[in-house]
Amino acid sequence: MGKTLAEKVWQDHVVVKGEDGAPDLLYIDLQLIHEVTSPQAFDGLRQAGRPLRRRDLTIATEDHNTPTIDIHKPIKDPTSAKQISTLRDNVAEFGVRIHSLGDKEQGIVHIVGPQLGLTMPGITVVCGDSHTSTHGAFGAMAFGIGTSEVEHVMATQTLPLKPFKTMAINVEGELRPGVTAKDIILAVIAKIGTGGGAGYVLEYRGSAIRALSVEGRMTICNMSIEAGARAGMVAPDQTTYDYIKGRDHAPTGDDWNTAVEYWETLRTDDDAVFDAEVSIDANELEPFVTWGTNPGQGVSLSDEIPAPDSFSDPDDRSAAKRALEYMDLAPGTKLKDIRVDTVFIGSCTNSRMEDLRAAADIIRGKKKADGLRVMVVPGSARVRLEAEAEGLDKVFTDFGAEWRFAGCSMCLGMNPDQLQPGERCASTSNRNFEGRQGKGGRTHLVSPLVAAATAIRGTLSSPWDLENQNDQIAKEA
Amino acid sequence: MEKISTLTGPIIPLRYSNVDTDQIIPAKFLKRVTKTGYEDALFHGWRQDPDFILNRPEYANGGILVTGADFGTGSSREHAVWALRDFGITAVLSPRFGEIFKGNSGKQGLLTAQVPEDAIEQLWAAAEAAPGTEITVDLNEKSVVSGELRFGFDIDDYTRWRLREGLDDIALTLQHEDAITEFEKRRPSWMPTTLPAVASDA
Repeated sequence: MGKTLAEKVWQDHVVVKGEDGAPDLLYIDLQLIHEVTSPQAFDGLRQAGRPLRRRDLTIATEDHNTPTIDIHKPIKDPTSAKQISTLRDNVAEFGVRIHSLGDKEQGIVHIVGPQLGLTMPGITVVCGDSHTSTHGAFGAMAFGIGTSEVEHVMATQTLPLKPFKTMAINVEGELRPGVTAKDIILAVIAKIGTGGGAGYVLEYRGSAIRALSVEGRMTICNMSIEAGARAGMVAPDQTTYDYIKGRDHAPTGDDWNTAVEYWETLRTDDDAVFDAEVSIDANELEPFVTWGTNPGQGVSLSDEIPAPDSFSDPDDRSAAKRALEYMDLAPGTKLKDIRVDTVFIGSCTNSRMEDLRAAADIIRGKKKADGLRVMVVPGSARVRLEAEAEGLDKVFTDFGAEWRFAGCSMCLGMNPDQLQPGERCASTSNRNFEGRQGKGGRTHLVSPLVAAATAIRGTLSSPWDLENQNDQIAKEA
Repeated sequence: MEKISTLTGPIIPLRYSNVDTDQIIPAKFLKRVTKTGYEDALFHGWRQDPDFILNRPEYANGGILVTGADFGTGSSREHAVWALRDFGITAVLSPRFGEIFKGNSGKQGLLTAQVPEDAIEQLWAAAEAAPGTEITVDLNEKSVVSGELRFGFDIDDYTRWRLREGLDDIALTLQHEDAITEFEKRRPSWMPTTLPAVASDA
């Protein structure tokens, strides 16, 4: 019987095969580090007197706590400042490469790896951050780990792990204009639920996935964790190779040829069997939005808020009831009638060039809705520079948006970028949990296109609504 | 890590499913650089409500948390486990756990026992009828017992073994150091290294 992509990558990283129910010892090719989940791991090494085994397979950046304005001034919050200075001290002591605030490679850890060309097919990537699944878009096996495991990888460059089960997510068909990778993954999570992927690595397959750019694939793999999965993967293809080639750490010369030859083998064999399969019809997809407080509580933007009683599972029913209370929404309300206070374009899900270009194309020459706050936070300093070279910063600021420096920002509000209690936000990030973007804040997860259209109209909107609006204006004129 | 065989404490009935790690410990508490002292941060948002279950005097010293499906989903923050542990919660019973949370718990000696939904319902009912009702989680027998109620639970054998023996994962792995070194010799040259840093022309 053939093997799946995930099984192939796993097999090629087994250092010691587990016997009698013991886990396999898996080699880790790349560990990414940031300030939040590493201090206790470095402490652990120090206490045990253990060295960092492979500093040449380790790289650090600062992202969760970093401010997105006035980055050249000292960080105001003393606990944030302490966490950043602790990271800098630790990497200096252990000899780890770091891209600090102000460096052009600084940014969200999952934007930095790919942009440097460190993320590539067939490698294993870990980080003390659940959105490490992002890197699976290249055909890497990439997953988030806890701080104890961060220390484990620092000390041994391996992790003891039981093989993951495999699930195929088949997305066939063609996305309509205005429908994006983000809508695919929100629809997948709504379909299988926040626990539906538990224990699995998801392989996204089908013509709609093949048609996506690597950046779109990253958006999808990024949110695999929101379906409970350990990892998400897309088989590498020419699109992947073209994205990697020429980047700082991409293989060159003979290494490039050897690598591509190997990457070409990283396809699920025709006779491989997945432990589970799910299908999504891309032709039918519409712009998607969440209405509740977990990422599985989502519907098409043209729908209404569902009634809790419409859920057959008692758990789902009570979760829906609680979510609607928190979100201050009534069943039957049209999603498009919901007014927002803030639009956030950013996060490791949607802050790459493609996302910024897409949003800019929608708003170019327009003004944001009255009273609305619009924040655009590029994923890395390099993305910010590239966007400025294309004049996107000007498009955003002319529109009335704030153009910020790179970081995790309002995705989780560890820095000052937070919602106020009761504020409602259309956000291109990945989690709509209670209080995620600030205590009492209410989050609707959307694509960059929906975020941009919402910023124009002030209510949850898709680009399709803008065309209608223009038609209306034309008729009236 | 201390060896675990049985754990006894009051059932803390948390009638929620999908409790993500942002609820277990909000992000603002993740800025600390220590590994202990997180008891006040546990369920910080929900604890502002005086009626929240953890605010009841019966549970002031912790106990065994019995909760709905998909407990510990979301962020990888191990702080969630530290906060539960620091509050005095020694085991969590749920029909299903977030994967990273489950792994983190195993590393920190917090027992995560997978118990079927209907058993959870019965334990909730028992604890709500008589707050403070005790439960014993037996890792040797893979069972939970509370008065007349008795259920089996699932936990993977390797984690169970490590918890029973109180073993340090890193020390276990380093027994294979020769194999790791051998593996590294075979690592293809096209694979990435972060050093030396390649100068960018961007």
